[in-house]
Amino acid sequence: MIHARNLPFVTTLAIFVIAYGLCVLQFPNMLSTRVIGNLLTDNAFLGIAAVGMTFVILSGGIDLSVGSVIAFTSVFVAVMVGSFGVHPLTAFLAALVISTLFGCLMGAMIRYLMIPPFVVTLAGMFLARGAAYLVSTQSVPITHEFIDTMLGFYIRFPGGGRLTLLAMVMLIVFVVGIIVASRTRFGANVYAIGGNIQSAELMGVPVGATTIRIYALSGFLSGLAGIVYTLYTSSGYSLATVGVELDAIAAVVIGGTLLTGGVGLVAGTFIGILLQGLIQTYIVFDGTLSSWWTKIVIGILLFVFIVLQRTIIWYSDRRLAVRQLKEV
Amino acid sequence: MTWFTRRLRRLAPQLVALAIILGIISLIAPGFLTVSVQNGRLYGSLIDILVRAAPVALLTVGMTLVIATRGIDLSIGAVIAICGAVAATLISDGYSLPVVIAVSLGVGIACGLWNGVLVAVLDIQPIIATLILMVAGRGIAQLITEGVILTFNDDTFAALGSGSLAGIPIPIYLWVGTALVIGLLMRRTALGFLIEATGINRRAASLAGVRARFLLFSAYAISGLCAAIAGMIVTADIRGADANNAGLWLELDAILAVVVGGTSLNGGRFSITASLIGALIIQSINTGILVSGFPPEFNLIIKAGIIIVVLTLQSPAIMTLFGFIKASRRSEKLNHGTKEATR
Repeated sequence: MIHARNLPFVTTLAIFVIAYGLCVLQFPNMLSTRVIGNLLTDNAFLGIAAVGMTFVILSGGIDLSVGSVIAFTSVFVAVMVGSFGVHPLTAFLAALVISTLFGCLMGAMIRYLMIPPFVVTLAGMFLARGAAYLVSTQSVPITHEFIDTMLGFYIRFPGGGRLTLLAMVMLIVFVVGIIVASRTRFGANVYAIGGNIQSAELMGVPVGATTIRIYALSGFLSGLAGIVYTLYTSSGYSLATVGVELDAIAAVVIGGTLLTGGVGLVAGTFIGILLQGLIQTYIVFDGTLSSWWTKIVIGILLFVFIVLQRTIIWYSDRRLAVRQLKEV
Repeated sequence: MTWFTRRLRRLAPQLVALAIILGIISLIAPGFLTVSVQNGRLYGSLIDILVRAAPVALLTVGMTLVIATRGIDLSIGAVIAICGAVAATLISDGYSLPVVIAVSLGVGIACGLWNGVLVAVLDIQPIIATLILMVAGRGIAQLITEGVILTFNDDTFAALGSGSLAGIPIPIYLWVGTALVIGLLMRRTALGFLIEATGINRRAASLAGVRARFLLFSAYAISGLCAAIAGMIVTADIRGADANNAGLWLELDAILAVVVGGTSLNGGRFSITASLIGALIIQSINTGILVSGFPPEFNLIIKAGIIIVVLTLQSPAIMTLFGFIKASRRSEKLNHGTKEATR
């Protein structure tokens, strides 16, 4: 018997398997390791950002600054390496420190000024995008031996597919995210805050520190996603990745995480990312469909999953009420 | 206190902020405040602010009502794209102006009602409910324009964006008129009051006999309607429908205008006038940065800085602090008074 709470995750998994099966029936080539390898590489930066978003949404918050932070990081790294000749590793480290501190600051504003996360991260979105414009408004190309060796590193699958370094980074982030969410005290605190912030506070969960850590984590992962995006496009551009936060939120919701917080799995987000990648791959394979169908299909999927979640909540509430009635 | 001074007191922070911003810009850019008449039409930076503010001001009217019900409408940017696409398609197919306007407004209201169904009937969080249309909406608009920027050549429709009547540009009439109609509808009837009740506590309002569901529907429908008018202005202005960029991120500007206007995101008391001044503040910043010769890269940073200052001043934590200081001062005075009396 599947627990009602995990039903959205199981549904997503089932939909993904069925959708992939249907795609393979139509285009047998989609089963190849090449397609799978590309799917992982193309969505690596989105996946990393979505892990951070999962933690934020699990705690009942939202982070709209993700896309802007990715753009800022990519421009920052490109300018540091391209124009100032800094070693890429130093630039990566500096970018990660900045994005983490940025997340910390937003978390502190949410906690101590009691402003809703939506508004704080909206201001953060403007600020990070503005900072990216200040660094450079041009598309900055990036070339460095170190980056070339990084991009040249991959594991070859049987069948010609490649597991690139970028895809590996995403997979590692997901594995670490799953462990942190389910096996650590921090993870338990995140679920507790998302479930009911008052109860969590009364139970002795350090709400302030955890909130700041959650947004710091999201900032850090956005920064990491920005680095991966820079490597993926070999350039930095301040107008890039507009609206990535929406894709990340969509992946989290499709993955079965409840938007009110408290319920969800990091693994579900992974399936959500794969499902979005699958839609894009299908559109490429088909060739006649336009790319805007991606948005419409994602919108429909969002609708289906949100209604599914509502039904589950409504059903479990009713069952609870019936049980209480019986006890009376 | 008379009605007028009470209104002035509510609007004072926004008016002062607007005056300060306009003052600073006129110091940096001389000639900013001059308004001249050319070819029977008013020209000048101030008029430009009023014209350019039209889309955001229209969205702000709808957004104020939605936020007053404790909701939020993220989809209006996408609704602008959809309605613009519909209007441009109909115009280039040769339909008459009244038909085009009626159908576009109808599509906007339909989008609003869809959000209303999700929020009021299915009880989905407003952010998420409107996110669906925000994500899918631009795809739908692309579908209508078939993936191209649809241009048209119709001077009567284009007049909605760039024409003028009795010397005043038409977009100004549109947003001021819409705001007046909706504002009067809210404040001369009990509607505004009931919407505030729904926003403060939907359950309590329902139990007291307020038809909360109907009010939620109408708030989202009005938001869709306002977005449709804004969509037509944007489309008429550039004589074309750009499904990708029309109204992009305008919903965020509208939310900001409402927040700057002092309406709480937690619902309840609202003021359309204050939100409109908020919209004018945002547009003044945009125009001001342009005319004063700053590089446009600074635009977002300055905007973000102002927002953060306003948000911090309005935040519950600071408010509590102010309330605490005020209360302790009052009690001090009271203590002093009693001491005098006992003496």
